[in-house]
Order: sequence, then C-alpha cells, then structure tokens
Amino acid sequence: MRGRICGTGSYVPEHYYDNNDLSKMVETNDEWIRERTGIVRRHIAEEDTTVSMAVKAARNALADAKLNADDLDLILVSTITPNTVIPSTACEVQKELGAVNATCFDISAACSGFVYAYNTAQAYISAGMYRNILVIGSETLSGIVNWQDRGSCILFGDGAGAAVIRAEEGEILPSVTHSDGAKGQVLACESRQQKNWQEKENEKQTYVSMDGQAVFKFAVKKVPEVIGELLQKADLTEKDIDLFVLHQANLRIIESVAKRMKTDITKFPVNIEEYGNTSSASIPILLDELNKTGCLQKGQKIVLCGFGAGLTWGATLIEW
Amino acid sequence: MLEKVKEIVAEGLDVNAADLTAETTFESLGADSLDLMDMVMTFEDEFGVEIDTEAIGDLKTIGSVVTYIEGLKK
Repeated sequence: MRGRICGTGSYVPEHYYDNNDLSKMVETNDEWIRERTGIVRRHIAEEDTTVSMAVKAARNALADAKLNADDLDLILVSTITPNTVIPSTACEVQKELGAVNATCFDISAACSGFVYAYNTAQAYISAGMYRNILVIGSETLSGIVNWQDRGSCILFGDGAGAAVIRAEEGEILPSVTHSDGAKGQVLACESRQQKNWQEKENEKQTYVSMDGQAVFKFAVKKVPEVIGELLQKADLTEKDIDLFVLHQANLRIIESVAKRMKTDITKFPVNIEEYGNTSSASIPILLDELNKTGCLQKGQKIVLCGFGAGLTWGATLIEW
Repeated sequence: MLEKVKEIVAEGLDVNAADLTAETTFESLGADSLDLMDMVMTFEDEFGVEIDTEAIGDLKTIGSVVTYIEGLKK
C-alpha cells in the first residue's frame, strides 16, 4: 500500500506586516529585505493560534478530499510553536474537527516537519495501520521571533497548510531524510519552561537565534544533495520532475539551489513574497495554492523538500 | 587559479570575466553576503578546500580569495 494526497488546504491570518511596517520597528528597509530574501509580507496571527489555523487548513483539505472528519484514522501535526505543551496540537485539532476515530500526535522537525510528517503517514499506510491520514503544518512563529532582531524578524510569518493522504494500491514512492544534531546551534530557540524547581529572579525570554550565513550554506549544499539522492533512488533525473516544491525559507536559497541543480527556476514555484518563512507550514501552503490554481495535473512527479533547524532535511517524491 | 576564480565570480555575479582583475572588489560588483557565500561554496567545490565562515568577511577582492585558498592548500 501507499498513500496519495487526495485533498489540500491552507489558511493564513489576514493581518500582515509588510517590509515598510518592519522598517518602523527595526533598522531595515524594503529594498534590503526584498533583495536578500524575496519577502514582501508576512502574515501575523492576531486572534488566531496554531490550533485555529491548523483547524481552518484541515477543514479546507477535508472538503477538497470530500472526506468527513470521522473518516480520519490519524492526525499528524508538525509544529514547533504549539499553543500548549499538553495536550498536543493534533489532539486539539481532533476536538475541533470532531475526528473522533483518529489517533493524534505532533511531530517536531521544524522546517522539515511537513516532509517528515508526510513520510510518517506513508510509513503507517504502507504498514497497513491507517488508511486516511490528515497531515498538517501549522506555525505561529511570530510568537518566538525577537521583534528587535532585524536579522531574523524580517524572515518569519504565521500560517498553516494541510493535506489528506489516502491509502491506495501500489508501491510506496522513495524518500530520503537526514538529521545532524551536531550542527543544531546554527538555528535554535530555547524552551521557556525550564528548571521550574528553582527560584527565578527574572523569567528568561528566549527567541529564535540564527547564524544566517551558516544556514544559507547548509541549505544550498544539502538541498541539491538530498534531491540528488532521492532521484538516484527513484531512478529518475531532474528532467523527469515537473515541480520542486521547496520549503520557502529565502528566495535566494531557492535560486542558488536551482542554479546548482542546473534546473530551470520555473520548476521551483515560490510564494515566499507573500508569507515569508512559515516553517513546516510553507510546503503545504504552497502545495495547496498550486492545487487550487490548477497548476497540478494528474500523473505529475513532484519533489517536496524541507530543510531547517535540527539540523534536519529531507526530500520525498510524490505523484499527483 | 586567478583565472578560475575570475570565471566563478563572473558566472556567480553575471559579469564579464575580462573586466575582472585581482584588485576588483566584490563590493564594486554589487555582491552582498549571500552572493559571496554562494561563490565561496563554488570555490570550495572547485578547489577542494573548506573556507571558514569567519574568514569570509576578510575576502574583499578577487586576489584575496586566491591568496586565502593558496594558503589553505600549502
């Protein structure tokens, strides 16, 4: 058995900060941000939460898949920004959807999270354990970003994307994933819940910290490598792939990857201009936009590729 | 090595290799830190060296790249 994506959905909050808004908060400007990142706007959850965005994206995906919530037997949520430590975001989503027959848990793999969660879904389907799986990436990164750090706050945004994956006959398609905890400090964020047995004078404020150049180098090196491994495993070449749906971290990363792969940039769809980096939500949001705007045709071969904190990275082949 | 470095820079920044000299600065070519990082990765692949991220800030001219890489290869 293998899984097939039979529905997609996404949701981003209405409110956004454009580059000019940010230039009033930190020393930066529209031109600088556009040139180095390709980002123009990032949406910010005001009323919304990681759970509420996940639920809205999930409802879209279920409608697209023409499936009822009680048909689901597994809900996987990838997030690094849950509203609550317990219960998991997936259980909260289950409650809102009324997906009473689903088993629910979260996956933490940062910007690779959707690819990891998708692979987990495939593995469960292929093992015969579940048939109808909802995979969601939902992030409220605005909550962990330091809005006084111009190097990082310009990059991130909030949003959620979802896909419904259904079991069908056939061989599971290949995927390749890697992790390298030894290099984890280049992109990190400490938990605020630590050592509560101690008296604390001041509660430590923790935010995302990032060595931008090191992350850029990691991404531009590892993404072509892992896609190369995937294609070799699938016995395909770049030419056989219709679209490379990459995590939307930075337009410059995507451009450098395309150049290194000697592959036409038009095969790399982007929407980072509108949303910034939404971590594990970026791939399913982009996939949903491609799906809903008729850019995807049945039988197309698509590579999904995530990369980010951990470090984690991975690529997986899907057939539309 | 100078010629190869010029070639990589010309391709990386979409400029004419014939216009480049050892004294040409990356700043004068309009390169930002990500352009430089991208070229550094190509230098690493091409010359089989690893360039320390900390050292990249000192690589201001094409000639300084050649000197730095030759130093690593000794």
